[in-house]
Amino acid sequence: MAKKRVVTTTINGEQTEFLCQPRQTLLEALRDVLNLTGTKEGCSNGNCGACTILMDGRPVDSCLVLAVESEGAELETIEGVAPAEGLDPIQTAFLENAALQCGICTPGFIMAAKALLESNPHPTEQEIRFYLAGNLCRCTGYDKIIRAVQDAAKSREEVTV
Amino acid sequence: MHDFEYEAPTTVADAVQLLANHNGSARILAGGTDLIDQIRLGRFAPEVVVDVKKIADLQALEISADGLKLGAATPCYRIYGDEAVCRDYSALADATKIIGGAQIQSRASVGGNLCNSGPAADSTPALIALSARAVIAGPGGTREVPVEEFCTGPGKNVLQPGELLTALVMPARPAHSGSHYLRFIPRNEMDIAVVGAGASVVLDAAGETFVSARIALGAVAATPLYAKEASELLAGKPVGDEAIEAAMAASRKIAVPIDDMRGTVEFRKHVTGVLTRRALEKAIARARENAGS
Ligand SMILES: Cc1cc2nc3c(=O)[nH]c(=O)nc-3n(C[C@H](O)[C@H](O)[C@H](O)COP(=O)(O)OP(=O)(O)OC[C@H]3O[C@@H](n4cnc5c(N)ncnc54)[C@H](O)[C@@H]3O)c2cc1C
Ligand code: FES
Ligand code: FES
Repeated sequence: MAKKRVVTTTINGEQTEFLCQPRQTLLEALRDVLNLTGTKEGCSNGNCGACTILMDGRPVDSCLVLAVESEGAELETIEGVAPAEGLDPIQTAFLENAALQCGICTPGFIMAAKALLESNPHPTEQEIRFYLAGNLCRCTGYDKIIRAVQDAAKSREEVTV
Repeated sequence: MHDFEYEAPTTVADAVQLLANHNGSARILAGGTDLIDQIRLGRFAPEVVVDVKKIADLQALEISADGLKLGAATPCYRIYGDEAVCRDYSALADATKIIGGAQIQSRASVGGNLCNSGPAADSTPALIALSARAVIAGPGGTREVPVEEFCTGPGKNVLQPGELLTALVMPARPAHSGSHYLRFIPRNEMDIAVVGAGASVVLDAAGETFVSARIALGAVAATPLYAKEASELLAGKPVGDEAIEAAMAASRKIAVPIDDMRGTVEFRKHVTGVLTRRALEKAIARARENAGS
């Protein structure tokens, strides 16, 4: 068996060291080694987006990243989204729009939506639908998720103005 | 997942050395969007995975008077995020924008797309239309292969054990030229091309006559194809329906697609013609828009 590696990353702003095998995915390291189980596993092959996290500010499917590749990277997971008090506007918008049912897809959608709004604060409906095409939801039928992201864009604007 | 060692060399020479040390049992990792699942499914069982993303040359995106040098591991989002690529190598921007979704585009590379050698790889017809050459490094030095000669069958290519793809180089964009890539899929995004077509055209200064053209097709044969006859017959012809229809017919002639749930042979052949027209029309419009450059 390949020797374990020490990986040093920043996760949600905190410098973190962990041990993993080269063959472990970042999703496995987050969930099984670091106990950050907010990031979900759906398909484990890049199709569903449930495992979406931000790596150096870009959305990635953590099931398609080796944990060792995250050496030196800045990672953001769903656990880091809410501020110390209350919720992030995206989280609030998901709740208010009933944009989730079983909830397994939600952390991935929220991370992808965060990446979208950070690069494009005023997306059109079409841009939202295209950007979130790498995230699947079996419950909501998507419309409520799209509305939540539209609302989140509005309330983020109010917060920053 | 199968057990392996991980190495992340920072120079091409080190990568070549690592591949030589492992004599055929190493696998190169770029964005991992094909490879990681292939290892999980047991299609590959490498002893060592060689991550090439830390090699600066493989992350290049350089435009000069000589053309575009694209590092083999440069991810899609950087390619379509580059204004000069969008303007001068539009077909490549078009292709990288539609590979997977945002998460895939953060990691997937054009080099990985080519080396995976799937018949439906979206960026390959764009590269062929843009006259790209694959730069390959190995124990004996480097060599170059035109992209249309790179793939030899589904999942197969000209890379020998110990070799890696380092870059894709494309000539400078000629005056009065334009390019486009598009595909047909049943969904709007996140699907495998039923047919893909790339085209680039060079027009005369008036924008009325084809000086030259290159058409490439994806998903209609065991490898992406350069449509030689369709491309060559356009040279010297006035831009118009007659020439375009002749190119459509020539494209359809070389399409030998499979029959599957995504489309029948007959449908795919028909779509090959339609996409040849659409790729050409958009490339022509872009050439005319850029008439001054
Ligand atoms: C959800 C999803 C959607 C997708 N959608 C599309 C799509 O729309 N269109 C499309 O064309 N593809 C699609 N793909 C497939 C994949 O994303 C692309 O083929 C991608 O470009 C592969 O690049 P990569 O950098 O991730 O390659 P990797 O997975 O790292 O490598 C792919 C293969 O090439 C080899 N390799 C990589 N780099 C080199 C090199 N420099 N030298 C030698 N060998 C090398 C690897 O060993 C491996 O065998 C999709 C995949 C997923 C999971
Ligand atoms: S679990 Fe990673 S994309 Fe589905
Ligand atoms: S809420 Fe159940 S999958 Fe999206």
